[in-house]
Amino acid sequence: MLVGFPLLSLVIWLPIIFGLIVLAIGSDRNPLLARWLSLVGSIIGFIVALPLYMRFDPTLSTMQFVEKYVWFERLNVHYHVGIDGISMPLILLNCFITPLIVIAGWEVIRERISQYLGAFLIMSGIVNGVFASLDAVLFYTFWEASLIPMFIIIGVWGGPNRVYAAIKFFLYTLLGSLLMLIALIYLYHVSGGSFSILDYHQLPLAMTPQILIFVAFLLAFAVKVPMWPVHTWLPDAHVEAPTGGSVVLAAILLKLGGYGFLRFSLPIAPDASLYLADLMILLSLVAVVYIGLVALMQQDMKKLIAYSSVSHMGFVTLGFFLLNDLGIEGAMVQMISHGFISGAMFLCVGVLYDRLHSRQIADYGGVINKMPIFAAFFMLFAMANSGLPGTSGFVGEFMVIMGTIQVNFWYAFFAAMTLILGASYTLWMYKRVIFGAVANANVEALEDISKREFMLLAILALAVLWLGVYPLPLTEIMQATIGNLLEHMTISKL
Amino acid sequence: MDFLPPDFTPAYPEIFLLVMVCVVMLVDLIVGEKRRYFAFFLAQFALIGCAVLTFTTFSSNSNHTFSGMFVDDALSDILKLMVYATVAVVLIYSRIYIGVRGMFKGEFFSLALFATLGMMVMISASHFMTLYLGLELLSLSLYAMVALQRDSTAATEAAMKFFVLGALASGFLLYGMSMVYGATGTLHTTKLAEIIQSGSIDHAVLIIGLVFIVAGIAFKLYAAPFHMWAPDVYQGAPTAVTLFVGSAPNLAGFAFVMRLLVDGLGELVTDWQGMLVILAVASMVIGNLVAIVQTNIKRMLAYSTISHMGFVLLGFIAAGENGYSSSLFYVVAYVLMTLGAFGIIMMLSREGFESENISDLKGLNQRNPWLALIMMFLMLSMAGIPPMIGFYAKLAVLQAVLGVGYIWLAVVAVMLSLIGAFYYLRIIKFMYFDAPETDMPILSGLDIKVLISINGLAVIMLGIFPQTLMGLSLYAIQQ
Repeated sequence: MLVGFPLLSLVIWLPIIFGLIVLAIGSDRNPLLARWLSLVGSIIGFIVALPLYMRFDPTLSTMQFVEKYVWFERLNVHYHVGIDGISMPLILLNCFITPLIVIAGWEVIRERISQYLGAFLIMSGIVNGVFASLDAVLFYTFWEASLIPMFIIIGVWGGPNRVYAAIKFFLYTLLGSLLMLIALIYLYHVSGGSFSILDYHQLPLAMTPQILIFVAFLLAFAVKVPMWPVHTWLPDAHVEAPTGGSVVLAAILLKLGGYGFLRFSLPIAPDASLYLADLMILLSLVAVVYIGLVALMQQDMKKLIAYSSVSHMGFVTLGFFLLNDLGIEGAMVQMISHGFISGAMFLCVGVLYDRLHSRQIADYGGVINKMPIFAAFFMLFAMANSGLPGTSGFVGEFMVIMGTIQVNFWYAFFAAMTLILGASYTLWMYKRVIFGAVANANVEALEDISKREFMLLAILALAVLWLGVYPLPLTEIMQATIGNLLEHMTISKL
Repeated sequence: MDFLPPDFTPAYPEIFLLVMVCVVMLVDLIVGEKRRYFAFFLAQFALIGCAVLTFTTFSSNSNHTFSGMFVDDALSDILKLMVYATVAVVLIYSRIYIGVRGMFKGEFFSLALFATLGMMVMISASHFMTLYLGLELLSLSLYAMVALQRDSTAATEAAMKFFVLGALASGFLLYGMSMVYGATGTLHTTKLAEIIQSGSIDHAVLIIGLVFIVAGIAFKLYAAPFHMWAPDVYQGAPTAVTLFVGSAPNLAGFAFVMRLLVDGLGELVTDWQGMLVILAVASMVIGNLVAIVQTNIKRMLAYSTISHMGFVLLGFIAAGENGYSSSLFYVVAYVLMTLGAFGIIMMLSREGFESENISDLKGLNQRNPWLALIMMFLMLSMAGIPPMIGFYAKLAVLQAVLGVGYIWLAVVAVMLSLIGAFYYLRIIKFMYFDAPETDMPILSGLDIKVLISINGLAVIMLGIFPQTLMGLSLYAIQQ
């Protein structure tokens, strides 16, 4: 391939262009064309992202595949993209999930299909843009733009309370990001007129501004992750969103927050990060333990998985603020693995919901008698969600707990409680839904999964197992970058 | 002493427009009922002619004429070109709406052109009297336009309120100007600056005059707490007139502040900054909070305008090239969004049916997905969500405000725009999430459809490529 080929731009813009074409098909008269076109588009989107992995040099800690052009001179803003070991796996995850979303919505979505699929494709490109941006304005543009398709997806194809959930989702996220915008503009002035994120990394800052900047970023990313106590939008959004929306939300959009911590908070305000690390760990542990308990009490399957997401993402923020390489690498593995597992869990609930139109645990029971293949898949993902060794869920959690032990035994003690809590809420739900005698006539009428659903779940099952058994390719990619980040953080900016 | 005629060249566009207005009035008297579109085309021709004249006389240095009372500089030329474009778009958008309401008459067009002339005079004024003349010409034409639909009580009431409060504001302004004159002995904007700088004048009188002038400005710019008239006028006036009132005059309003405060009283910047801070914060608070509870979309957009004007004032508070040019950029972005929003509202109205309530937008996505998409772009732009132009306008203003160290002001501004986002989202909610209440087809001309599409795409394309407009704003201020 040509040197200097704008590969990264292709990865960002190709799904967006496909999305616009699908949107342009417009009406519901030709749903098959819209479906096939989006499938082809999303698969091409994944294929063009593969060279990012193959031609990535894991020994370098600098940005790769960099492209930089002037965007608008007046404020010295550049179209500046590039990836390192942190963003590359996330981009791949996103490109991997998108075709699955298209397949998941294949027969289920019947109204305004082209708008639905178009929105997902456009969002996929936008999210790639967030992960690849090295210019603050470009980053912010993509960051906020990602709200628009999700807002529409929840609001148009969502459940009965969708309007409330969609607006809550939008405003909550906007609340966080606006303060981040102020912080970014502040940095622009302090750095003497630069919007380059890499320049911000080198910028010396006094303690007070660092703490204020940290807090501004924290609000933006904490809402997105979401951390306790700003997590309340997530269960609402998950419950109301259509299956595809829930999958993207859990698998991809939550990762934006985690990514933000690594790209902004830690390197831009290292001293404040150190200073506030204990507070952050505390918030994360509350999320892990308390939200785990909340999940135990849920009657609605989607809500349960949503709370389990918050709890698992608590592990991610916990890992980041341990500020050692085991912690951060573990958190990164946890993010990728959570992308697979939560996506798969929501798809499983979607499979049940498409048949019975209920998400209440009480409406099910004895599903295994009617859907044995489905039950097997669901079992695997439930085990992965509770962190069974051999699945991807174990690797990240284990690494983070190991990292925590290095810092403080009691932190590790509470963090390890997730293994009990996670197993309790996931397996208890599994037991109530799947095992036992056939609960009612509706369950009696269930049919096992179709080929389409089988394929979806099989792909995810492979990913979960592969990452659980052999996570080395993933950790290898990010080692240099994370090592560099930690080294950067040891140098005080004061 | 010999009489030397003044140099008319810088004022060619104004003179041409005045002649054309008279032609429009006369022609409309002669042609019959069936040939009313003559006036429409003549008005468009007049605007194009003005644009050509302004374009050909464009120069980057400023030419003063009429004993220094009138100036033709880069800022005025750029603003005037924008005014022509805006007015032309307003007339096209209004064409069908006023047609079915019996307002498609010469009066509408001649009043619109007179108002345009007033704006042009304001934009080119370099003397307080010229400024005042332009302002009154604009205001009187607008009062009449609001009352044009004579059998509508709402319109008449709106016109009365508009007139009484507008006259009051003009009174404030004149009183303030007289005090400035008393203190300095001149009303030339350029000379004023020199005299104030010399320091030999009574500061107290000057400051009192300044207070009155700022109050007058606040009236004209819909800044709270002088905003009371705006919602009533927006709601009461026929939508075509609301569109006119809400769009082009804001460009003139920008020039008004530039000429009065920046050119004329620029030495008192620290004094008027403090006043503008209060006005800006009050506007953003009242505009955004009150807009939430509105059910009438025109009224809601009036409050939204008030909050946008708060943002424009923020740019003036930041002062300097950076601040003024970001204000100008914001005004242009705002005009673009308003044009589109009211354009769509007018498209949804029919003969005997006014699209006025937010709920009239219900299910627009099912009735016409393209129109809904454009309206969504416009609303997201007003809410300041990238990649729409509204975001970059807010970005420009915020960076200017932060650049001079007003961190709290920037935080207040973004928090209030968060509140603002709610009512824009509500409109998207009605269009996308709700089922339509009517399946009436949306009728409109091809020209309107094309223009509104361009308008909607401009909101996103100028957002993705904001350099041209930002550069132009900076250029206009720098000269």
